[in-house]
Amino acid sequence: MWRDAALVAGKDLRIEARSRVATNQVAPFALLVLVLFAFALDPNRAVLKQAAAGLYWVAVLFCSLLAVQRSSAVESAEGARDQLRLSGLDPAGVFLGKAAAVAAQLLVLELLLGAGVVILYDVRLASLWLVTATCLLATVGLAAAGTLYGSLAAGLKVRETLLPLLLLPVAAPVLLSATEAWQAAIAGHPGDGTQWLRILGVFAVIYVAFGVVMYGSLLEEA
Amino acid sequence: MTRPPVPRWVTRSLGLGAVGFSAAAVVFGLWVMGPTAEQGDYSRLLVVHPPVATYAYVGFGITALASILYLIPRTRRREWDLLAGASAEVGVVFCGLTLVTGSIWGRPVWGVWWTWDARLTAEALLFALFLGYLALRRVPASEEVRSRRCAIAALIAVLDIPVDHYATTWWQTLHQGSSIDLLQPDKHLDTAHNVGLLLGFIGLGLAFAWLVIQRYRVEKLEARYEQEGLDLALEARRAEGDIPSDRVGAPV
Amino acid sequence: MASGDAVRLRAAVALLGSFPALAGASLDVDRGEVVLLQGANGAGKTTLLRVCAGLTGVVSGDVVVLGRDLVRDRRAVRRHVGLLHQGGGLYDDLTVSDNVRFAVRAAHGDPDGVEPALARLGLDGRLARSPVARLSTGQRRRTALAMLVARSPALWLLDEPHAGLDAEGRDLLDGLIAEAIQVGATVVIASHELERVTSLAHRTVVVAGGVVLDGRPAEAREPVAGAAEELEASEPVAGAAEAAETSEPLAPPGPDAGAVGPAEPPGPVAGAAGPAEAPAGAPGATDQREAAHVA
Repeated sequence: MWRDAALVAGKDLRIEARSRVATNQVAPFALLVLVLFAFALDPNRAVLKQAAAGLYWVAVLFCSLLAVQRSSAVESAEGARDQLRLSGLDPAGVFLGKAAAVAAQLLVLELLLGAGVVILYDVRLASLWLVTATCLLATVGLAAAGTLYGSLAAGLKVRETLLPLLLLPVAAPVLLSATEAWQAAIAGHPGDGTQWLRILGVFAVIYVAFGVVMYGSLLEEA
Repeated sequence: MTRPPVPRWVTRSLGLGAVGFSAAAVVFGLWVMGPTAEQGDYSRLLVVHPPVATYAYVGFGITALASILYLIPRTRRREWDLLAGASAEVGVVFCGLTLVTGSIWGRPVWGVWWTWDARLTAEALLFALFLGYLALRRVPASEEVRSRRCAIAALIAVLDIPVDHYATTWWQTLHQGSSIDLLQPDKHLDTAHNVGLLLGFIGLGLAFAWLVIQRYRVEKLEARYEQEGLDLALEARRAEGDIPSDRVGAPV
Repeated sequence: MASGDAVRLRAAVALLGSFPALAGASLDVDRGEVVLLQGANGAGKTTLLRVCAGLTGVVSGDVVVLGRDLVRDRRAVRRHVGLLHQGGGLYDDLTVSDNVRFAVRAAHGDPDGVEPALARLGLDGRLARSPVARLSTGQRRRTALAMLVARSPALWLLDEPHAGLDAEGRDLLDGLIAEAIQVGATVVIASHELERVTSLAHRTVVVAGGVVLDGRPAEAREPVAGAAEELEASEPVAGAAEAAETSEPLAPPGPDAGAVGPAEPPGPVAGAAGPAEAPAGAPGATDQREAAHVA
């Protein structure tokens, strides 16, 4: 299973390297979202700074939608899904591989967005360990749930509109917890953040486990 | 006339019971129960709001259970998928009612139409999860594909609900301190209120069951209709090749 | 008796949505055979191949491929089967050699087989490093074939493999099929390229209306008196398919009429020979009984 996961992750990342969708399209989009928030809120009254954690994670959520869409679009070329099933790869491995590739791309985007928030919103990120831990756990959870839904919506004509409707409600607790954790970090009270890390951890564990068990079933009946 | 999937006497008694108990609950709520000190007349919504909230969760719970049974190969039957769909449809209505009654209740008591109370927020998320599931059910796809995907979607969503709860509860205590709880469970409710609450639960519970069964019946009949359509389609398909049916699949 | 040890289908019913693409198909294929599936568009050939690959499930009937029961577990056979289908199934953003390499490694195959496979298909050199999106249809088809060759499965399922290939590519494909047989693989081809494939195939089978006509291998049939005359040189498939549709149902002139004559491998094969023999059932004695019963 791990070998298959590594193979699939490598394949997805190689596709990303060749097509550069994340770097050319999603990253600029992410930064654009940050800028738009600034237009929507009043930058002079420090509202941006106060809301920075939440805005950051909303932007991350949007990016995860795009990353997941892309991940499932790669497999939707005609016959690609069939070939994936025929390939003899362990479906759990395929799930882990795809989720890992999405997670890797998200982490890079989060780094970029983090820099954006620090620069554009004048935010100081103290307690880097909390910040990093939050990003890691949240990303794993989002990637797992996203990959599941990406496959669920694959092959359906209304995929693009259905995926956000499916994924965002499920991702809501991640948004909530990650924002709280970041706020604790920014405010300099990292101790308050640990309970949120617990929620993020539980979410990640649940969805990774679910994916490993159920992805095979999802791949069938293309 | 073929026998209905669920015997008629069941639904009839459920229906009558639902009407009876609901009527009793209304009577209690409007006349027998007196106003409370804290909330005045608005506490009468006690008869409606907690039950619909509970049954929204029950609805999703049934959907999830039926989905699990559908996915396990040994217990896989089309009926579980139909039940999951029926329960979700009724559940989403109850969920919507929860949000509406919560809002109606909250407006005079809190002064706002909506507040990010933990319970209400969790219910709103539940509503969104329901909507996503129902949208997936409507997508055109072959029956087996759709049933399987919906079942998995239901499980993904149901796993989210406890996480939602913890997250929203901690979130609320962080930001609002202890909120004004609509139900005020720690306050002592007098007998009339308790009875009213009980009547509400029973009446709405029976109504919920009745609705789910009726919806399930419709789905079952549709499935039966489709199955017969399949047999006709098989005949027509073979006729394309002009094969008489006794020739097909002749044994070695 | 028919061994059917590569593929055995009995009364398989497969649905696409609610449409019965296969309406009770039965087929036997022996190891090392090359079988041609003929039939009009929409007859069910692609679905038949997919069922054999374990991609599409059956709602009733039996399917045993390479000794594995696909009704119980569809995934069991997939690593040993290669399906070439019209879609292609390639990753557009990856290069030719990336695609082939991925397929081989996914199947736990030998990575050293990638280069020779590419070379065999004429895809080495500059082409190997081109992203698939830039290739022509014929080149994509060759890439898919290279994946097949590199994986070297025991059962080849080819759906319209010649479509999109130039003359050189078609000869190449024929050569590949011949080589595959030599290493003991079994090949089932669905094609409209009758002249070319019938010379390769051990026998031909007609698919119509979701059902297979004459699904039994040649050795199983006892030669039937009078069948020899009916073994005229093959009429074109389109004619036979139409004839099957328009003919009066079953007017067998005698007890032997139900059998379509067996083909001599690997020479020219008679397709569904003519209107009178349109629906063919099981060979031999059973058939005689049935024919008599119907008549």
